[in-house]
Amino acid sequence: MQAYIDQLIQNGYFAGMPKEVVYAIAMVLAAFIVLSVFVAPLAGVTSWLERRVWARMQSRVGPNRVGPQGILQWLADGIKNLLKEDLIPSAADAKLFSLAPYVVFMGFLCTFVVIPFGGTLIVADLNIGILYILAVTSVVVVGILMAGWASNNKWSLLGGMRSAAQIVSYEIPAGLAVLTIVFLAGTLSMQGIIQAQGWAPWDWFLFSNPFTFAAFFLYFTAALAEGNRTPFDIPEAESELVAGYVTEYSGMRFLFFFFAEWGNLYVIGAVAATLFLGGWQVPPVTSDPILLGALQFVVFFLKAYLWVFIAMWVRATLPRVRVDQLMALCWKYMVPLSFVCLLGTVSWMLAFPKGNQFFSIVMFVFGLLVLGYFFTRVLFQLRHARPELYFKPHI
Amino acid sequence: MSVKGYIKDITDTVASVFEGMAITFSHLVRRPMTIQYPDKIPVPIQETLPRRYRGILEVDLDICTGCLACERDCPITCITIGIEMEKETKQRKFTHFDIDVCKCMYCGLCSEACPTGAIRHSQEFEGASYNPAGLVRHFVTEPSALYKPKKGGETDPKLAAKADTGQKYLDEFATPDGGAAAEEG
Repeated sequence: MQAYIDQLIQNGYFAGMPKEVVYAIAMVLAAFIVLSVFVAPLAGVTSWLERRVWARMQSRVGPNRVGPQGILQWLADGIKNLLKEDLIPSAADAKLFSLAPYVVFMGFLCTFVVIPFGGTLIVADLNIGILYILAVTSVVVVGILMAGWASNNKWSLLGGMRSAAQIVSYEIPAGLAVLTIVFLAGTLSMQGIIQAQGWAPWDWFLFSNPFTFAAFFLYFTAALAEGNRTPFDIPEAESELVAGYVTEYSGMRFLFFFFAEWGNLYVIGAVAATLFLGGWQVPPVTSDPILLGALQFVVFFLKAYLWVFIAMWVRATLPRVRVDQLMALCWKYMVPLSFVCLLGTVSWMLAFPKGNQFFSIVMFVFGLLVLGYFFTRVLFQLRHARPELYFKPHI
Repeated sequence: MSVKGYIKDITDTVASVFEGMAITFSHLVRRPMTIQYPDKIPVPIQETLPRRYRGILEVDLDICTGCLACERDCPITCITIGIEMEKETKQRKFTHFDIDVCKCMYCGLCSEACPTGAIRHSQEFEGASYNPAGLVRHFVTEPSALYKPKKGGETDPKLAAKADTGQKYLDEFATPDGGAAAEEG
């Protein structure tokens, strides 16, 4: 991005303007384009898709009236929320209350700076990319705690406190799982991590050794918990806390929390795809830079969105855990296991300094076998329930 | 906690999540239970109703004799009938025949009392209206003559068909036992 701007300046555009001003304008423009063209529609469509997927898994239909199959439902919801009254409770701390949704939103949106959509499609390839993501997603907890405290409501405060405890706890297994990959790749840069992998599945870090395979699921679980997703959505547990820290919010501010939640799903998927699934790596099929860029974008998007789908699927499957179960899962199981993964990967690197491709292929076949066994279980369920099958996505 | 128990906890968690995910995935390819009333349904909803469903009352004025039996039998007087004699022709004509659907409790007493089966429950139940007045069904648009049953059966084929329909309704549905005897016999 910066190289591109430098080139424009050298070619004589923006003559007479200080370099810093051009950079600032370019940054604002890039942020605006990313937000309005990519993030907002993505979060919106994800909200609709989640409701549809969730509905089908519960033998319902879901929203299918606004636009073709309801795909414009998110626009209708957005307009509805924009037109609603923006209430601020009289006992609330008005300034913090108004600020909190934006802090949460900013914490999530800042991650898009380092998300590598393609080989050249990245806003800024920071050399501390993954560390930056872990850092800015922690800002979300400040916003949630702010919302919980400023609402001056017992449900909100409990929700905010739970969220703080949860996010801070799950940072550790997530960070350790990320660290295993950082060790393998030898870099913190997002592009560097992707370049250390290949397009073939056995070149991905996921199948590098058994420990990274386990680390991947530890990362995904911890990321779900950090994103306050079911089964770890105790900060907004409806049956206990009304809506947790969003209880007192209405209108657009309410929407901002959920905007961040659904957008955050894509960030989880993108980080998982970058660290473990080879990112935008594609087989060398073409040398045309535009075609290659488009292919890389599509591959990366599909890899990331697969995990968005799986997060929806998990949400439709698992019940919410209790607070003590949540903490037990983190501290008694996930933290020790992620240390095992970390030490295991380090030992593996000592044993095979150049990597072990044969074992990676064995791991890949093992992964395929697990997937195959999964589908036999799905068929088992279908055989025993004898339901009326309906394969079309639309109804 | 023993090491064995610890490892069992982990394997149990993985196995149960695995199995649960398989169950929800299998639901993804099942037909949803939802009936998308009113527009996206395979057959009109009226055709899926039970045979003796008591919907909103309808009147076939062509075979109504104007005996006022239904009006008298209605426990909540939701039926109002007006009949006037035309002075020149000495013919009695309906001026109005209104049924207030708001009041009707679908007891079916009017249809049992009707000698020709002119008043009967239809399969219709979608009575939504913007005001209560819209729920009053007016069956007389312009004054029309009363029906006089002829001795020895109806000769006009059009009226005969209607009379048969009414008689069939009386025999099969509009009996105190709800037509159960007719169905058995």
